[in-house]
Amino acid sequence: MAPLPPSTADRPAPGPAPRSWWRRNQIAITPWLFLAPGILFFAVYVLIPVFQSFNVSLYEWDGLGAAEYVGLRNYEEMYWDDAFYTSLKNNVIWLVLYLLAIPMGLAIALLLNQTVTGIRIYKSLFFFPFVISQVVVGLVFSWFYDPSFGLLNVMLGWFGAGPVNVLGDERWVTYGIIAAGLWPQTAYCMILYLTGLNAVDPEQIEAGRLDNARGFRMLWHIILPQLKPATFIAFVVTIIGALRSFDLISIMTGGGPFGQSRVLSFYMFEVALSEYGFRMGYGAAIAVVLFLIMLVFITYFLWSMYREERGR
Amino acid sequence: MVTHYRAALAALAMTTLLGSGALAESHEMALSGELKIFSDMSNPAPRAVMEGMVERFGEMHPDLDIELTVIDREAYKTQIRNFLTANPPDVANWYAGNRMAPYVDAGLFEDVSDLWDAEMSESLASTKGAMTLDGKQWGVPYTYYQWGVYYRKDLYEEHGLEEPQDWETFKSNCQTLLDNDIKCFTIGTKFLWTAAGWFDYLNMRTNGYDFHMALTAGEVEWTDDRVRQTFANWAELIEMGAFIDNHTAYSWQEALPFMVNGDAAAYLMGNFAVAPLREAGLSDDQLDYYQFPAINGDVELAEDAPTDTFHIPSGAQNKEAARAFLEFVTSAENQTEINAGDALGQLPVNANSSVDEDKFLKEGFETLSSNSPGGVAQFFDRDAPAEMAKVAMEGFQEFMVKPDNLDRILDRLERARQRIY
Repeated sequence: MAPLPPSTADRPAPGPAPRSWWRRNQIAITPWLFLAPGILFFAVYVLIPVFQSFNVSLYEWDGLGAAEYVGLRNYEEMYWDDAFYTSLKNNVIWLVLYLLAIPMGLAIALLLNQTVTGIRIYKSLFFFPFVISQVVVGLVFSWFYDPSFGLLNVMLGWFGAGPVNVLGDERWVTYGIIAAGLWPQTAYCMILYLTGLNAVDPEQIEAGRLDNARGFRMLWHIILPQLKPATFIAFVVTIIGALRSFDLISIMTGGGPFGQSRVLSFYMFEVALSEYGFRMGYGAAIAVVLFLIMLVFITYFLWSMYREERGR
Repeated sequence: MVTHYRAALAALAMTTLLGSGALAESHEMALSGELKIFSDMSNPAPRAVMEGMVERFGEMHPDLDIELTVIDREAYKTQIRNFLTANPPDVANWYAGNRMAPYVDAGLFEDVSDLWDAEMSESLASTKGAMTLDGKQWGVPYTYYQWGVYYRKDLYEEHGLEEPQDWETFKSNCQTLLDNDIKCFTIGTKFLWTAAGWFDYLNMRTNGYDFHMALTAGEVEWTDDRVRQTFANWAELIEMGAFIDNHTAYSWQEALPFMVNGDAAAYLMGNFAVAPLREAGLSDDQLDYYQFPAINGDVELAEDAPTDTFHIPSGAQNKEAARAFLEFVTSAENQTEINAGDALGQLPVNANSSVDEDKFLKEGFETLSSNSPGGVAQFFDRDAPAEMAKVAMEGFQEFMVKPDNLDRILDRLERARQRIY
């Protein structure tokens, strides 16, 4: 049998000296290097805390002393907790009603998408509520709703309607806060749609005109499909905004009256971090539930973005 | 926010004090190093008091570098947890009663029983109980204030009413006012604790101090008939319409205008309500105070008098100086000075101090020192553990709006009690 030819690997490579490991893998590694700071901080401040929350939710801990392992007892308590269901119900109301910001923002954007003298001023005025702090929005609306001197009740008085204590009545309070939240959120959606409308193809509108489309049909079949990216972003920010509705509640009612305006994020804060709270385990359990709710939406968003990417 | 008092002031003080000569003996030990003080006395008047105390203490100990950090009073309540563990000062403000239990249990407050010698125990006797947990003392008080009914004297006189001495007059007064379109009581329950003031008084008058303490300590069921009796008394007032409408929308300050404008005649509040009422234009002829009247003749009168305190964190660096500061704070002269009408406007805890000439302070002092045989409570949210206080105060607010929900509320409180204690 003829001897095998010596393996090529043993032989020094012909031509120039071998490229270093770095040079060979440069292309593959560079993106990861650029991503590394982002990944690191995302892991430290988001991913790891998510798992820590899961872990803390299995303990009874006041944040100071030793933590006591209690298994799923925090979740069991949540199952019996009326305040949790009130918060959950309010979260659903927030999610549904907050979406009103999208059609309202679209309507205002359509109204403002014209060239009239001073339109920039009108646009800025409509955008104004989004620029001011949520705390200020909350205060303004608190005074607006005030049962003794608030503008709302003055106006109701003109029609002979009695004073309504919006923020002190458990039937109205959540809707009152959502109305306050819709004010800046509508402005946000409006700005998204205004930029979207800039990108609408005038030729398609022209073609639609020729086919005798006008008014609502024009909007529904020609304009809206082209605004789909704007609608998607508006949907995402509104859903996230609804789930994060914390500052307005904290400013306007502090969760009251008797806890009827709480949402999960506020309840979590109250249980774990407020003056009378410091039940880290129970707070973490609420956070886990909130996370699971958000996960539904996050999955949907990611999935539709993925589909979008692949479609291209 | 951090203020350094040392060089100039101390030097100035030295020159003036050396002349007087008498100072040397009273402070035999020379304190040096740094003394870090964290304070929650952030409102203008208390802040000036705190700064004044630091200044005077600095004059007495010129070698001591005192660093005072004043933190917003509300923010302090959550920050204290962080700085006690991570970055403890040498002296910190807090509250008496059960409110200090979490930090005592976690070993974050220093046992200062050694300061409470026979002399101090006598001069501060009224609050020794409130400073004691597990048989040891964990801090010292610097001020407290009475609660009671502040009322519009002119309105009472206009309708021929007098300060009620018993529950029947209390209610009939109220009915007269209501007949004249005046609400009996203003209250703002947005932040819940104001309603707890009513519960404290109604429960202490119906069932007495000892029962109230047992309830806040979790030894009595909330569904107990005696608790129900308290709520029944409360319901009488609610059903009369004694309280202003829409009180859930107001903070305690926002409820003041009703009294100033004459829409409501009285306010069950702490003495701190006097200052804003005066500022709003009510003169001392229009404004007066009475002690909450007896309901059940068989129980002794007891009062709420929340006490504010100083503590030494167990992680403090300069405990020697901190102890000296605590002793300085409790001295009779200092307590007289800081509680004067133009300073805190509250009551000194030290029995050897003198009370300011202010009429509310004098009445309050008399109420607490001679007319409160049952005992002195701290306040619901300081006597009960924080979690229980939160759930209960929410229940009180709900009850004030929907008295018919009482059974549901009490069941909820009882479930909470079984879980918390």
